[in-house]
Amino acid sequence: MSVDLSTRYLGLDLKNPIVVSACSLGGKLENLRRFEDAGASAVVLPSLFEEQIEHDEMAIHNLFEFTSEKFPEALTFFPEIDDYKTGPDTYLRLVEDAKAALRIPVIASLNGTSTGGWTHYARLIEGAGADALELNIYHVVTDPELTAQDVEERYLDLVHSVRESIGIPLAVKIGAAFSALPNMARKLANSGADGLVLFNRFLQPDIDLETLEVSPHLVLSTSDELRLPLRWMAILRPQLELSLAASTGVHAAADVAKLLLAGADVTMVASALYKHGPTHLTTLLEGLTSWLTEKEYESVGQMRGSLSQMNAPEPDAFERANYIKTLIHFGDFGATT
Amino acid sequence: MKRALVTIDGNEAAAYVAHLANEVIAIYPITPASPMGELADAWTATGRKNIFGTVPTVIAMQSEAGAAGAVHGSLQTGAMTTTFTSSQGLLLMIPNMFKIAGELTPTVFHIAARTLATHALSIFCDHSDVMSVRSTGWAMLCSASVQEAQDFALISQAATLASRVPFLHFFDGFRTSHEVNKIEQLTADDVRAMIDMELVRAHRERALSPDRPILRGTAQNPDVFFQAREACNSFYDAIPSLTKQAMDRFADQFGRRYDLFEYVGPPDADRVLVLMGSAAGTVEETIAALSRQGEKVGMVKVRLFRPFVAEAFVQALPPSVKMIGVLDRTKEPGALGEPLYQDVLTALIHAWPDDRGPMPRVVGGRYGLSSKEFTPGMVKGIYDELKKDRPQNPFTIGIIDDVTHLSLPYDDSFSTEPDDVIRALFFGLGSDGTVGANKNSVKIIGENTPLYAQGYFVYDSKKSGSITISHLRFGPRPIASSYLISRANFVACHQFNFVNKLEMLASAAPGATFLLNSPFGPDEVWDELPAEVQDQIITKKLKFYVVDALQVAHNAEMGGRINTVMQTCFFALANILPRDQAIEEIKRAIKKTYGKRGETILKKNYAAVDGALAALHEVKVPAQVTATRRRISVMLKAADTFIERVTGKMIEGLGDLLPVSALPVDGTFPTDTTQYEKRSIAIEVPTWDPAICIQCGLCALVCPHATIRSKVYDPSVLSQAPSGFQSKPWSGKEFPGMSMTIQVAPDDCTGCGVCVDVCPAVSKEVAKHKAINMTPKDEALLARERPGWDFFLEIPEVDRTKVKSETVKGSQLLQPLFEFSGACAGCGETPYLKLMTQLFGDRTVIANATGCSSIYGGNLPTTPYAKDEHGRGPTWANSLFEDNAEFGLGMRLSIDQQEEYAVTLVKALATELGDALAKGLLEAHQENETTIAEQRARVADLKKRLASIDRPEARALLSVADCLVRKSVWIVGGDGWAYDIGFGGLDHVLASGRDVNILVLDTEVYSNTGGQASKSTPRAAVAKFAANGKAIGKKDLGMIAVDYGNVYVAQVAMGAQPLQTIKAFQEAESYRGTSLILAYSHCIAHGIDMSTAMSHQKEAMNSGYWPLFRYDPRTGGNGAHPFKLDSRKPTLPFKEFAMKEARYAMLSRINPDNAERLLGLAQRDIDERWRFYEQMAGVERTVPDLVQEFRA
Repeated sequence: MSVDLSTRYLGLDLKNPIVVSACSLGGKLENLRRFEDAGASAVVLPSLFEEQIEHDEMAIHNLFEFTSEKFPEALTFFPEIDDYKTGPDTYLRLVEDAKAALRIPVIASLNGTSTGGWTHYARLIEGAGADALELNIYHVVTDPELTAQDVEERYLDLVHSVRESIGIPLAVKIGAAFSALPNMARKLANSGADGLVLFNRFLQPDIDLETLEVSPHLVLSTSDELRLPLRWMAILRPQLELSLAASTGVHAAADVAKLLLAGADVTMVASALYKHGPTHLTTLLEGLTSWLTEKEYESVGQMRGSLSQMNAPEPDAFERANYIKTLIHFGDFGATT
Repeated sequence: MKRALVTIDGNEAAAYVAHLANEVIAIYPITPASPMGELADAWTATGRKNIFGTVPTVIAMQSEAGAAGAVHGSLQTGAMTTTFTSSQGLLLMIPNMFKIAGELTPTVFHIAARTLATHALSIFCDHSDVMSVRSTGWAMLCSASVQEAQDFALISQAATLASRVPFLHFFDGFRTSHEVNKIEQLTADDVRAMIDMELVRAHRERALSPDRPILRGTAQNPDVFFQAREACNSFYDAIPSLTKQAMDRFADQFGRRYDLFEYVGPPDADRVLVLMGSAAGTVEETIAALSRQGEKVGMVKVRLFRPFVAEAFVQALPPSVKMIGVLDRTKEPGALGEPLYQDVLTALIHAWPDDRGPMPRVVGGRYGLSSKEFTPGMVKGIYDELKKDRPQNPFTIGIIDDVTHLSLPYDDSFSTEPDDVIRALFFGLGSDGTVGANKNSVKIIGENTPLYAQGYFVYDSKKSGSITISHLRFGPRPIASSYLISRANFVACHQFNFVNKLEMLASAAPGATFLLNSPFGPDEVWDELPAEVQDQIITKKLKFYVVDALQVAHNAEMGGRINTVMQTCFFALANILPRDQAIEEIKRAIKKTYGKRGETILKKNYAAVDGALAALHEVKVPAQVTATRRRISVMLKAADTFIERVTGKMIEGLGDLLPVSALPVDGTFPTDTTQYEKRSIAIEVPTWDPAICIQCGLCALVCPHATIRSKVYDPSVLSQAPSGFQSKPWSGKEFPGMSMTIQVAPDDCTGCGVCVDVCPAVSKEVAKHKAINMTPKDEALLARERPGWDFFLEIPEVDRTKVKSETVKGSQLLQPLFEFSGACAGCGETPYLKLMTQLFGDRTVIANATGCSSIYGGNLPTTPYAKDEHGRGPTWANSLFEDNAEFGLGMRLSIDQQEEYAVTLVKALATELGDALAKGLLEAHQENETTIAEQRARVADLKKRLASIDRPEARALLSVADCLVRKSVWIVGGDGWAYDIGFGGLDHVLASGRDVNILVLDTEVYSNTGGQASKSTPRAAVAKFAANGKAIGKKDLGMIAVDYGNVYVAQVAMGAQPLQTIKAFQEAESYRGTSLILAYSHCIAHGIDMSTAMSHQKEAMNSGYWPLFRYDPRTGGNGAHPFKLDSRKPTLPFKEFAMKEARYAMLSRINPDNAERLLGLAQRDIDERWRFYEQMAGVERTVPDLVQEFRA
C-alpha cells in the first residue's frame, strides 16, 4: 500500500513535505532542475537581499565617483557601461526561469532593509511569477534604546505592508529569539502571514585565532539542531491555523518524520544538500516513505501534528528548558507519594 | 529639420562624426585627445554603427607611431580610417603622414592641439604640435569651438574625399576638447548626406587588391623622384575650392556657414587681428565691445591653414585695413616669425592687388602658450598697440617679459562680460563630485532652457587632494568666451577649509552671491572666516549663504558626496529656472547620469536634493571685519631665494605673475622643494604607540609619501625634544643603547592609511589598536606632531655604513630622498621609488619615462626628489614617453665615458697626486656603503690636491672627478612605456649589457591617462580599450628579459614580500650589467580599496597572479639554477583575488558568461605560467659571455 505523502503549504498543494530551503545552491537553474528530479515538492529560492543590491549599486557608484574628475589627464579610470546589472533584475530572471523550467512551486525569498524596499521588491517578485514569497526578516539589534516591542512592531508593520501589496501567499521566516514567541507568531498571523518558517539560521561571527580577526561565516547545520524547531513546532501547531515549515537540522528521514509529528506542514532542507548533493532528497523521501510504511501510516496528513504539544502524551516535555527542572519535577513526584 | 541640442565637449563632438564616418580607427592614449579614442572604443563596444551600417573596428596600438602605421595600412587597403592624437603623439605620426599625403590618400586625423615638450612637458594647449606637421603635405582645418569641432570634423571628411589630400582637423586642447557647450548635433543621416559614396568607392578602387594588383611605395631615383613629387600639385590647387564647396554644401544643409577665412568686425576696420582656434571667440567678443566704443577693429579667423590661400585671405581683409596683428599660439625660436605671421606676410606679397593702395603693416605676436590665459583685456592691449605707427614686432601678450621686453602691457580689469550672462565659479575637491554635478548643471540648462551654456573645468597638478575649479556661463546667446571667469556673479565653495587656503572671492563681482558649504550655521559661520574673506564679503557687498551640505549628504546616506546638495542650492540661488522646475530637472539629470547604476543611487541623490533647500540659509553680514586671523599660507619659509621667490609664488597660485626673468632659461629646477609646500590635506593621520611597536619598519617602507619615518639616535638628543615627542629603545644589536622614533609629518601625510593596514603589532588588550593608528588631525594632534616632526628632522641621520640595509627595519633608517609627492593617496608606485632613493639616492641618476611617475616626480610647482645633509640626492630628467630606456642608456654611456677619462687623468697625474691616492682611486671596489664612503673621501682628497696642480690635466680632472664615485643609473617608467611604446628601446637596452637598472612600476594599465589597457593588462581585466574584459593574456616581460641570459631580472611586490623587494633592488644595483625590476604597483585604476592595497598584494602573490622571482646571471654556471622562484605554489584561486578588484569584478556584472570564460582562462594562464616558472627554477644555465667584472 502506497503512502500518501502530499501536504499543503501556504495554500499550495505539494506532493510531499520535503522542500528545498533558501540557499545559494538554488541560485542556479541546473541545480533547481536536479532538486525537482530528485523529488523536492517545492523550492525556496535564495534570498534577494536589498542590502546587497544597495551595496553593489553604491560600490559601482563610488568606484566611478571617487576616482573621477581629479586630474586633467585622467578624468575617469573605467569605461562606463550601459547596464551594471546591480538591481533585482538578475534575481527576477531567476524567478522567471525557475517558473518556466520547473513544475513544482517556486517560492521566492526576500530580505529587505527598508519598508519601501520590502514592498517594492515583493511586488516585483510577484510580477516575476513566484508562487509564494518567503520574507527573510532579521536584523541584529544593538541599540540599547530599542525595546523588544519596538522591534516586534517593526516586523509586524513590515509583514502587514507586504501583505497589503501582494496577492501571492506569504511566509515569514523568523529567528527563535523572541521573548514570547507564541504571541509574536500569532501577531504575525494576524498581520497577514500565511505561514511561518522555523527558524532562520544566521551567519554568525567567528574569531580567527591566527589573525585575531572576526570572520563571519556559515557552518552547515547538524541533525541535533532540529530540536529547537521541533519544540516550537509542537508548541505553535495547536495554537495557529497557518502553515508551518521547519527548516533547521533536516538531514535524515528521521528528522523529517520528527518534525512532521510535531506539526510541520513541510520540512526544508539545505545543509544536507551541500553535504550529499541533490539526490539526497530522494534518500529522504525513500526513508520517510519506508518509516511511514513501517509504522503503518496512511498519509503524512495522518501523522502531522500527532505529537504536537496538544497531542503529545507528555505536553510538559516541550516546555522543559533545562535539566534542573527535570530533577525538580522528579523530586516533586517523590514528595507526593 | 529640428536637430537635437546637446551639451557635449569638443572631443565628443569630433569623435561623434569620426565614428560615424569611418570603418577602422587606430588609437593610442594621449592627453587631451584620449577621450576621443575612449569614446570611439566605447561606442564600438556597445555596437554603435557607422553610416556604412557596420560597427567600426577600434584598435588600440602600442604608440601613435603604431596607430599611424595601422591607419596607413588600413587606408591602403581601402577602409575609411581615422585616428585621434595630440602633441608628442602627432610627432610620432609624422613619417606616416608624409607617406599618406604623398600617396594622396583621403583621411582625417582629429587633433586636440597641445604644447610640445621643450624645456618642459605641458599637457595644455598651444599650436606647437600642429605647426610641426605643416610640411607633411596635409590640409589643415582649424575649428574654434565645440560646435565647430563637430562641423569641421564632417567638412574635413567631405573635403578629404573630394580632394584626396589628407586633412588634419585640429582644435584647441582642453579649451575646446574639454569645454562643455551647447551645440546642435548632426544626425547620422546628416553625416551620410555629406559623404559622397562615389568618392568612397573611388577610394576603395585605388586600394591594394590582389584582384587588380598594383605597387605603391617604390624607391625612386634622381631621374624621376622630383617630377613625381610635382605630379600632385593640381590636387593641392584644388583643395581650397573643394573645401569651400564642402563648407557651402554644409551651410546649405545645416545653416551654419563657414569660409576659408572669415572676417569679423566693422567693414571699415583699420586694425585687424589674424588668428585661429578658440581665441577667436574672445577676440570676437572684444571686437563687439570695442566697436561699441567706436573703435575700428576686426579679425580674420583662419579656418583652412593649409593650403594657405593667399587670394582668399587678402579678400577677407576689409579694404580699410592699415595694421595687421598676427597671433600665433606657438613659438619658433630663430625664425623670422611664427608660421601664421610668415604666411600672412607671404600672402600679402603674393596677392595684394596693385590697385588696392598701400599694403598694411604686419606685426606678429605669440599668445596662449601652454593654455596661458588669453582675455579680452589682452586683446584690447594688442589693438591698442596696433594704433602705434610702429607697433612692437614681434610681441608677446599675457606674460611679463622683463628680459627681451617683447610683452605688451594690457589692462587686466577690462571686461567684456555682458550683464545678462550668469557667470558661476565653483571650488571643489576632486573627490567631492563638484565637476560632475556642474557638467550636469550645464546639461540641464543647455538642454532644457533656451539659454546657452558653457562649462570649463580647471584641475590642479596633484593627484591627491586635488582642487577643481569649475567655470560655468549661462546666457541668451551662444557663448564663445574662451577664457576663465574673473568676475563671477556666483561663487560656490564646496569645501569649508578652502576659505583658509584659497583666494576665491577675488574673482567675485560686486554684489555676487557667495555660497559656502559650512558645518557652521548662519549665526556662527562669520566668526570662522579669516579676515580676507570677511573683507571681500563686506567690500563687494556679497550675498552670503551657507549650507551644511555634508550633513544633508550624510542624512541622505551619501557619505561625503555633497555635489547634488550644492547643485540644488546653486539652482535655488541663481534663479535660472523656477525652483520647482530646477529641482525636477536636477532629478531628471540625476536619473540620466546615474540611472544605470541603480535605484539606490537615485533614491539617495533625490533625498540629498530634497534635503538641500531646508539647510540653505542666508547669513547676515556684519558691517565690519571682525576676524584677526589671516588665511594660512601653504608655503613654508625657504632659505633659498629662488624657492622663496619663484617656487613660492607658484605654490601660492600666483605663477602667472612671474616675469620671464624669474624663470630658468633651460628648464632646470632645484630638487627638494616639496618640503616647502604644506598642503595639509589629510583628515586623519597615523600616530605611533611606542608601547606596542616592534620596530619592524613596515609602516615607513610602504608609505607612498615618505610621511612616516623611523630614525635611530643617541638618547641624549631627547633633552631638546618637544613635549609629546615619543621614543623607545632601539631593539637591534647594531645600535646598542640607542633610541628610536616613528614620526609622522602631519601636514604632508595624505591620510591613506596604508601604514596602519600593514602594521603587524596589535595591542593585547584592544585588538583594533595597533602600533600605528589613524587619528583625527585636530588641533591637539597638530600641536603635538608639528613640533615633533620639526624636531625629528633635526635629529642627525644615521651613519649609513652601520645600517643593515638588507632588512626592512634597517632600510627604513635611511633617509628617503623622495618625499611628499603629488601621487595619489595610497599610491603603489612611490614606495618603490622611495626605497630606491633610500638605498642609492645619494648617487642616483634617473631617466624617467613620461607617465604618472614623471608627473608626481616632475610636475611643478614642487619636486619630490630630495637631498641629504651633504646636498647629494637623485638627479632626474624626463625625455619622452617612448625613448626612456635609450635616454637612460645614454646617461650611463656618458658617465662611463667621463669616468674613463677621469681614470686616464688620474693615471697621468699619479705622480703629482701620490701613488697611494691614485691606486686607491683606481682600484676602489665600491660595492657597499663603506667602500663608497671611502672613495668619496679619496675624491675629496683628490680635488684638494688638484687645486694646487697647475696642469691642464688637473683642471680637466676636476671637472670629471665626481665620476670616480660609482653612479647608479635608474631607468624608471610604467608599463605603458615598458611593455608598449618604449618596448623596442627597452629591448635594445636589455641587450646592451650596460650597467643600468630598469624599474618598471607595473600598474598593468595606463594610469596617468586614465586607465587604458596596455600589453601588461592581464586577461579578463576591464579597462578602457578593453571594456568587455581583456581577451588576451599579459605579456611576460620578465621572461623576455630572462631569455637574454645576462640580464638580472626580478619580479617583486613590496606588499607581498618586502624583504625580497629590498634584496632585488640591492642585487639589481650591485650587478654591473643590465637589470630589470618589475614591481607590482597597485593603482586607483584597479578599483580597489587603496588603504588595504599593500596587504592585498599578498593575495596577488598567493594566487599566483604575480609570482615573485629573481634571475641573477651571477648565480649561473657549475650546474647552478640562476632562476629563483621566491613565492610559493599558488594556494588561492585567482577568482578570490580578482573579485576584490573592480577591474575584474565589473566583468561579472557586465557579462557574466564572458566573465566566467575569461576568468577561467586567466586561471589557466596563471597555472601554466607557474608550471613554466617551476621548470625554469630547475633549469641549469650558464652565461658564457658573463665576464668577470659583472660579478659584484
